[in-house]
Amino acid sequence: MAKITYIEHDGTEHTVDVDNGITVMEGAIRNLVPGIDADCGGACACATCHVYVDEAFKDKTGERTSMEDSMLDFASDVRDNSRLSCQIKVSDALDGLVVRLPEEQG
Amino acid sequence: MWGKRCGVSVFNRLHLEAICWVQRADSDGAQTHVPHTLIIGAGQAGLSAAAELRKRKYEGAITVLGGENALPYQRPPLSKAYLSGELPLDRLWLKPLAWYEKAEVKVRTGTRVTALDRSSSEVITSDGDRLSYDSLILATGGEARRIPIPGADLPGVFVLRNLAEADALSEALKTAGRIAIIGAGYIGLEVAASVRKRGHEVTVLEAADRPMARTASPLLSGWFGAIHRGYGVDLRVSTPVESITGTQRATGVILGDGEHVEADLVLVAAGLVPSTGLAEAAGIACDDGILVDRQAQTEDEQIYAIGDVARFELARYERSLRLESVQNAIEQGKAAAASICGAPFDYNPVPWFWSDQYELKLQIAGLIDGADTMVRRGDPEEGKFALFHLKEGRLIACEAVNSAPEYMAAQRMIAQNISPDPERLRDSGVAMREFLS
Repeated sequence: MAKITYIEHDGTEHTVDVDNGITVMEGAIRNLVPGIDADCGGACACATCHVYVDEAFKDKTGERTSMEDSMLDFASDVRDNSRLSCQIKVSDALDGLVVRLPEEQG
Repeated sequence: MWGKRCGVSVFNRLHLEAICWVQRADSDGAQTHVPHTLIIGAGQAGLSAAAELRKRKYEGAITVLGGENALPYQRPPLSKAYLSGELPLDRLWLKPLAWYEKAEVKVRTGTRVTALDRSSSEVITSDGDRLSYDSLILATGGEARRIPIPGADLPGVFVLRNLAEADALSEALKTAGRIAIIGAGYIGLEVAASVRKRGHEVTVLEAADRPMARTASPLLSGWFGAIHRGYGVDLRVSTPVESITGTQRATGVILGDGEHVEADLVLVAAGLVPSTGLAEAAGIACDDGILVDRQAQTEDEQIYAIGDVARFELARYERSLRLESVQNAIEQGKAAAASICGAPFDYNPVPWFWSDQYELKLQIAGLIDGADTMVRRGDPEEGKFALFHLKEGRLIACEAVNSAPEYMAAQRMIAQNISPDPERLRDSGVAMREFLS
């Protein structure tokens, strides 16, 4: 279980408990966090679950997969800390994680 | 002023009865009419329409009727990660229970609609209820096609379209070693890949001369066929099935040339039949799908149709079609919601699809039919390549295997009517970004 804070583009914060083993994207859907559509359901096929990972957690959330990297290449406003939240698996190590949502998903 | 009462009783996620009702009262207490959008079909399209109505601040009541005993769930994993056991049931739900309560979307599962009475703007449910509507959205999807051959009704013959069918298939796989799959479309091949992972012997029988013949290019078909054979699937093309053998239950299939292929389980993966019965009985024009315009509206201005069941004119490709895809379910659902909210837009998408088989991710943007030129980028031998399809110079489709940049760029290039230089497109050294204006 990890406490994760999702911050919408307008600054609205949602701090919720997310079970281990599911993804940061699923944590948002299950807790009614708006702005993460995840059209493809987590198949890394649509790039509608883009988030910015807080710098402090960049290492803990790991590297982008190559598929993810390619998908992000065509998302808008991509930064160094951009990730697709369907590709980040939740574990105890992510307790306290903060992710921000891009303007396009506002 | 809004008065609101909400109550939810839940047995479990597979049998839910959520009751939410909204009443609007004048200052003197007299009730005025609250508009009601009724959505028939609790799949991805129906849910998308409901969510979009709320997103657009629709102030009426929303009811979703679903024939299955399940809240809206993701269908694509049924032939992939759900069947292979990698994705559990609790990860299939499209929205958590709390969403329906918060969004005031009433869902009645296990409820079929038996009739549509357009003269009174009402539907009649299998429970005998009459529900009136101001706007009606038909998101009825379809059923797996059954084939009219001897033995097709035997126990041990399965189809795969919904959760119950996936569970039945999964249960039967526990005791079945040899699987025969009739049909080498996406569902047939995805199941073949999933059950090979589980260690079953798999034979796939396809009447056409190549797998995925209806939607894929010949080169892609051939390549995927070789992959399946490499994983040990006995894939046979140009092989119609005459009958399914067995007396108590299916024991195999007889092929056109008389050969008997033994199997403990037979899956018929022969495509989808759109569920147009309700609309047809109500006199709404149908032709292999419910006919709708670019705003997802049928000829009856109160009635819309979306998703797998809807046939519409796709302007971008100048043809009438049905699209069986997540993309279409989501976006056509949004188009219907926009129309109901008085902000219609022309639905003219770049269709997209994906398929996961073994470790391969196939992503397709656009539609291939009508292309006159194919440009290959990357090397199929390396398991990573894209096939671009051009018509009179303009990119109209892209089939990408483990090649997300090509797929993502192609989506945009198609939307922007870009005519790329074929020589540069072929050159993997030229970044895909360079083709976007």
